[in-house]
Amino acid sequence: MVERTYMRVRADMPPGHVRTPAYLRGKTGWVERTLGPFPNPEALAYRQPAEPHPVMRLRFTMAEVWGADAERPTDTIDAEIYAHWLEQAEPPYAP
Amino acid sequence: MPHDHHDHLSPSGHPYRVDDDHPLTYWQQMEIAVRELLIEKGVTTAAEIATQIDAMDARSPANGAAVVARAWIDPAFRADLLADGSAASQAMGFDVGPMKLIAVENTADIHNVIVCTLCSCYPRNLLGLPPDWYKSRAYRSRTVKEPRKVLAEFGVTLPDHMTVRVHDSTADMRYIVIPARPSGTEGWPAADLATLVTRDSMIGTGLAKLPDA
Repeated sequence: MVERTYMRVRADMPPGHVRTPAYLRGKTGWVERTLGPFPNPEALAYRQPAEPHPVMRLRFTMAEVWGADAERPTDTIDAEIYAHWLEQAEPPYAP
Repeated sequence: MPHDHHDHLSPSGHPYRVDDDHPLTYWQQMEIAVRELLIEKGVTTAAEIATQIDAMDARSPANGAAVVARAWIDPAFRADLLADGSAASQAMGFDVGPMKLIAVENTADIHNVIVCTLCSCYPRNLLGLPPDWYKSRAYRSRTVKEPRKVLAEFGVTLPDHMTVRVHDSTADMRYIVIPARPSGTEGWPAADLATLVTRDSMIGTGLAKLPDA
């Protein structure tokens, strides 16, 4: 089995045009693939010079995102998260 | 008696529906004002705007269906599409514009479904304009929370052994689902296969049609 790289989405709530869904902030997923770099939408939206960032497609389990409320804990959500929103993380559970 | 109250009923005997007239919203007025200014200042023309609207309206799920049908019969194209959706789609003449495309494939064990929780990101070059429900708060919030219940409401009940993969289209990528090819279609030409590929099957809220359906 290929080793997974786990990342945690920063749990911040800054104002502005942020394309990191609030329901995934603070959640840990593994890198499905790396994309980009793409210009930072938080600057682009205000016509500011937008630095390109890698974008990670992270895969989260429903168990990680919704806890005990998960409809099916092993189903998954993939989302594109800009690298400046991510921090290194340990696996959230035994793989 | 249905015809007793003439003031409230149409000649067909049904009540009149209230007209949906309301003043322009702030943003509708803003759009008209900006459009008229751009035309007045010679930045664009009414004809250019009409042409662009026609181009947008001309895109339909038939584009995506052609891509899926080819992926079903051409293993090299399928591999290209999964590896780089933008390039493969471009090679078939469907320009993806500045956005990039990821194709995800349904298998015997995996069912994919696409949502954009933040707004309404949608692969318009392949599927045309998104359906209204795709932009609704209910679809956007529920699909990431209870996808199986949402799918069941669309008539898609998945066997227990299957995993649901929800794709939240949060940033620069657009997504298309390659639905599973229905059995009983061996040897079909691409054009016939494409007739089985519905819009919803490429969003993941449906399955491809069966050959005899």
